[in-house]
Formats: sequence, structure tokens, C-alpha cells
Amino acid sequence: MAEVKDLGDRENELPDPLAIPDLAPGCMAASKPYVAAPEMQKRLGFPGELVENWQDRAIEKMAELRGKYRSFRVFLDSCVKCGACTDKCHYFLGTGDPKNMPVARQDLLRQVYRRHFTLAGKYLPWLVGARDLTEQVLDDWYSYFHQCSQCRRCSVYCPYGIDTAEISMAGREIMDSIGKGQKYSNEIIGKVRTIGNNLGLPKKALKATLEDLEEEVLEETGVPVLFPLDEQGAEIMLVAPSADYFAEPHIAGLIGYAKVFHQAGASWTISSHALEAANFGMFIGSYENMREIALRIRQAAQDLGVKRIVFGECGHAWRAAYSFLDTLAGPFDFLDQRYPIPQHICEFTYDLMRAGKLNFDKSKNDHVRLTFHDSCNIARGSRLGDKPGGQFDIPRAILEACCNHFYDMAPDTIKESTVCCGGGGGLLTDELIEIRKAGAQPRMRALQQVASDHGVTHMAAMCAICKAQFSKVLPMYGFDREAVVSVHQMVSNAIILNPGTQEPAGADAKD
Amino acid sequence: MLTVAFAALFYLAAAVLVGGLAYRVWEYANTPAPLKIPTTPAPTTHAGVAMRLAREVVLFESLFKANKWIWLFGWAFHAALLFVLLRHLRYFTQPVWEWVVLIQPLGIYAGFVMVAGLLGLWARRLLVPRIRYINAPSDHLILALLVGIGVSGLLMKYVARTDIVAAKSFFLGLLTFNWQKLPADPILLVHLALVAALMLVFPFSKLLHAPGLFFSPTRNQVDNSRERRHLSNWAREMQTDRS
Repeated sequence: MAEVKDLGDRENELPDPLAIPDLAPGCMAASKPYVAAPEMQKRLGFPGELVENWQDRAIEKMAELRGKYRSFRVFLDSCVKCGACTDKCHYFLGTGDPKNMPVARQDLLRQVYRRHFTLAGKYLPWLVGARDLTEQVLDDWYSYFHQCSQCRRCSVYCPYGIDTAEISMAGREIMDSIGKGQKYSNEIIGKVRTIGNNLGLPKKALKATLEDLEEEVLEETGVPVLFPLDEQGAEIMLVAPSADYFAEPHIAGLIGYAKVFHQAGASWTISSHALEAANFGMFIGSYENMREIALRIRQAAQDLGVKRIVFGECGHAWRAAYSFLDTLAGPFDFLDQRYPIPQHICEFTYDLMRAGKLNFDKSKNDHVRLTFHDSCNIARGSRLGDKPGGQFDIPRAILEACCNHFYDMAPDTIKESTVCCGGGGGLLTDELIEIRKAGAQPRMRALQQVASDHGVTHMAAMCAICKAQFSKVLPMYGFDREAVVSVHQMVSNAIILNPGTQEPAGADAKD
Repeated sequence: MLTVAFAALFYLAAAVLVGGLAYRVWEYANTPAPLKIPTTPAPTTHAGVAMRLAREVVLFESLFKANKWIWLFGWAFHAALLFVLLRHLRYFTQPVWEWVVLIQPLGIYAGFVMVAGLLGLWARRLLVPRIRYINAPSDHLILALLVGIGVSGLLMKYVARTDIVAAKSFFLGLLTFNWQKLPADPILLVHLALVAALMLVFPFSKLLHAPGLFFSPTRNQVDNSRERRHLSNWAREMQTDRS
């Protein structure tokens, strides 16, 4: 009997990752990001600051979106307030603020929509909970539409598939259109459109970084693995999130991609014009901005004359690429049609693995007991491989090929039910650290469970935002900040390089 | 007078229900979905999407994943409502269709299941703080309407039986424009008035979830964005720089 009791006690020590908190109304009302400066706004085609007749303009924008997006109209009409989504948002689970329940977040917009676009809301607003767009409501929009990471977890559980991401994107687009934009996202979009990447890395710095990496890998492995930049006529253009060129553990993943390309004998290049896989236009719901960013990738591919486009590890970037790139910047009839357009680096690696072209020394990762965080936008907004669910199986297959000790987290926190890192959707900014920490709570608790049950020491992720967010919040939950690793970092550690692999043609053009 | 009022009411209600729903469906169908946003993993074929929608409609698959209590009450209510509606075809057909006769026993018990399911949903609405938070008065009102319809129907079956033969000839008369007198039974009148009210509010309320599901892009889109180019008309117009 004693053993049974011990087991019970041990389980009680660790909180359920998805435990539902008591309601704490308004506790996150004050959490809001910095407002974009006028020049930042104007650069993206938005008014510099809140326009005079902002109420009317917002309603006009709402009417426009209602005509342009079926999702907006159907989702606002269809909700029956059944409550299925109320305990599905990681920000609600972490804060208890009821306005972080997906349905309540949608209702901030739905109430105004009903007031202006439905019969009942026009004549009997009290009956259907319709409201005018007051300053107070706009304030709530700004707070709570920036407490949604657009992870789509709620959309999995909604009986009508209502996706709060679509609503928060629309909310942000309306706010941008009246001059109340978010500094973090809009500043970054401005940088991509002028410099070519989110971080504003100039080409010179990039070139130096890549040369350092070549030296570093040569020193470590004795193999000349190349990191080619702007190489005309290369077969493959790699489009990775710009964080892969400077941040940890992202850069370790980049080294992994390069080693895989080396091993494949592929001719590949990075483009300084499209040095960014991320597309923050998606976060602000702006088709126009999303399109501008996507067109840079098309332009770069045409200028370099590549035949294939491969994307690096980034969650929303892969959604924007997999689901939207062809729509926004296609048709890609100038690329090699025998390969998926675009392709993901994990698909590339997995195909080579299956073809028997990659060999791994798993023991190189024996210091690691690993789990895997499914990044939300890959899990629920895209796919890897040719079968539904490949986005879950392929990264796990890669990790298990590289690592002897792999353990999944609780089933209701992974795959299609994965809980967001807490930093996605344009929330990865310091002034939002409180909501980021709270939103990470379900994932951190699930990690604590596998750490306790299986001695898990590291968590792999394949998203630049997840990696940056976890590096920041892991220590807040008692983990080492380096406990988060890139998927291709594990590949990089274990891959057996063949020194005889031929160098890609035109390698000397770099000098 | 009563007969005229109810006849007019039902013609109006039927017109609003059919016309209103047709208009909504037309609106939804004509609003573009410019981006591929299926919630993945999603089917890669149209047949797969049809199956996904069928599972949502018949089994409430997503709701089952979300919350077993809401699923139980909601699914029981909807399934029972279906049987109740089918059973009611006997009041609109002469002779009564064979299969309607066959489901008659099920249809009768379904009345109880329907009311029980509704009360379960209502209890959650009142007792679970998260769900109480998101209520508007109309959410209670629609439940009250449905419970009223169910209870008045059961009363006529089990407590104070109405002149069902006369009621049937009233409805057959409506269908054939050969109007017959409606019995002045108060429970029947309440039942019919509530049903007409439900038909009238359908196209203007959250009852639009019924057509909405079929137009929900996260559920009805095929996951084939890399195989087939997806482009809405308004997006095509932006693309002046290339074909």
C-alpha cells in the first residue's frame, strides 16, 4: 500500500499542465505592447496615429473585411457560446483572465460587429450583448488581441472550427487602419521591407558571420562545410529565419542545415535579399504586407536563378510558406516542379535519411534526454511530407534517428493539441514578458512532468520564436536556458560527415 | 380569427426561414476565402473533406475532443431533435410515410432526451463560471424557447392530449392552401407560437451555426496548398505584375 501512496503523492507534486484556473477578471487588462511610432506606421501604409473619426473608420474597415474574408463573417455569425474553447487557450490557463478565453476574446470584436451588422444588435443590443465601439472597447482590443499568439489551439476544439487567430488578425488590421499599430510587429515589417530581414542585419555582417561559421565547423570537424551567400546559379535557396544567423540555439540549427546540404552534395545558397523566412505581415492580418514580404522571396529566387526553395526552422514562417507562399507570390513555374514548392528543411533531411544518405552517431547526443515541442503554426497551420500529420511524425523520426533517449510530453499537450510557447503571434517583445511567462505555463508544466518521469534534460523545437521565447522563460520555471535546442542542432551533433563529398560548383565565387 | 392568425404566422415564418437561410448561404458562398487556412492535420482530398464535415455534423468530432459534458448534452439534444422533427412529418403527410411510422416509437422518447439535453446545456451555462461569463440574455432565451417547445410538446403527448387529428388537418390545409380550422387548445397554441418564433429568429441569430459549419474555412478546405494555387478574385487583381 505504501508504494501506491507514494506514487499518488509524487503525482500531486506536479501541477496538471492544463489545470483550469479560477476566473480573475481584468487581471491582464494592463498588459499591452508599445504603440508603433507614426513613421513606422506610415512606412507600412497605415495612418501615423489614431485618426480623428476612428470609430467610423473602424466600422468601415470591418465592413470591408466582412466582404473580403469568409472566415471573418462565418466565424462572427456562428459562435453559439457553447464553452468548448473556454479552457483551451494557454494565456487563459496561465492567467485566469476570462478575456483570454477564445470566445471572450472573439466577443470583444463580435459585440461591435453585432451592433453594426446584425438586425438584433442594431435594435436590441442589450439582448445579444452588442456594444458600441468606445474608447474602453478599443483599449480592450489593444490589450487582448495582443494576448493571442494565433496558435489555433482553440480552432481544433471549436465545433465550427472558429479560429480566434483570424479574429485577432482582423482586430489588429482594423487597429492598424485607424492608426493604432503595435510597435514590435510593425517595426519588424518595416525592416524586412527595407533591409530584407527582421533583425536589420546588413549583408556585410552576415557575410562575416557565415565565414566565421565555416571556420568554426572546419575546426571542429575537419570538414569544409560551406555557408554560401548570394551564389548565382545554386540549385537550392535556403530561406531561414534571420535569428538563425545570430541567436542561440538557432545558429546551431543553421549549422545542422549546412551539414545536411554538405552531406547531400547539394549546391545551395543563402540570399541576402530574402534573408528572412518570418512573415510578420501574417501577425497583423495584413494581406498586403504579407504579400510584399513573400514577393522578396520570389524576387531572390529569380535573381539567383535557383531551382528549389527550402525553408529553415520557423513556425509561422512555415505556415506562411507552406499555406500562403504560392497564393501570395506564385506561380513558381520557374522552379523545379519535381520537388515540393516550398520545401521544409526537415522534409529535405528526412528524404535523405530514408534514401540512406545520412548516417548518424546517436551516442553524440547521449548527454541529452530529449523531448519535442510541436510548434503551433507547424502543427495546426501547415504540414510536412505528403501525409496529414507528417508535421508530427517527420521531426520525431529525425530526432529519434539522432538521439537515443526521446520521450514525448503528455498527449494532450503535443501534436494537434500542442500548447504554444507563449511568445508567438508578435508577442515576443520585452514589454509583454508577463503574459509570455504566463502563457508558457502549460508547456513548462508538461516539460516538468517528463523531466520528472523520464529525466528529460532538453526540449527540441523547430521555430525561431519558440527557441527565443523558451530561452527567456525556461529559467523562470527552474530550467536551464540552454534546455531548448534546435531540431537540426541534434542533427548537427550526430551527423557523420563525409569529407570526400564534393564541393558545390562555384564555391570559390564567394571570395 | 385564430386560424387566420396562425396560418399567416406560419406562412411568414416559413418564408423568413427559407428566404433568410438562402440569403445567408448565398452571402457565405459569395464571400471569398483568400487564404488556405484549414486547421491541420487536414484531409488532402475533397472526399476527405466531405468525411471531415460529415464527422463534424453527425458526431460533433471537435466538440468531443473539447469537452465530454458539452458534447454529451449537445449531441443528445441535436440527435433527439432530429428524431423529433422526423417524427413530426406524420403531421404533414397523408398517408404517413412508412419510415416515419417506423421511427415513431424512437421519436417519442427522443422528446425527453431533447429536453434533458437542453437542461444539461442550460445548467452548464448557469453553473460553470467560465460559460456564465460569456452569456448574453439571448443565449438563455434561445434555450428557453427550445425547452418551451419540447415541454409543451411532451405535455400534449402525456398530460393534456390535444385534438391531433384537427391539428394535422390544419397543417395539411396550410400545405394545400385549403385552410382548416385550428383547435383552440392553449398548449397547442403555445407550442406552435414558439416553433414559429424559432423559425423567425433562425436566420438572424447564432442558429446560423448550422449553415456556418459548412462554410467554415478551417473545416471545409482541402490541404493542398503546395499542389494547387489558391487565389481569390480580389487577390488576383493585386497581382498586376504577373499572370
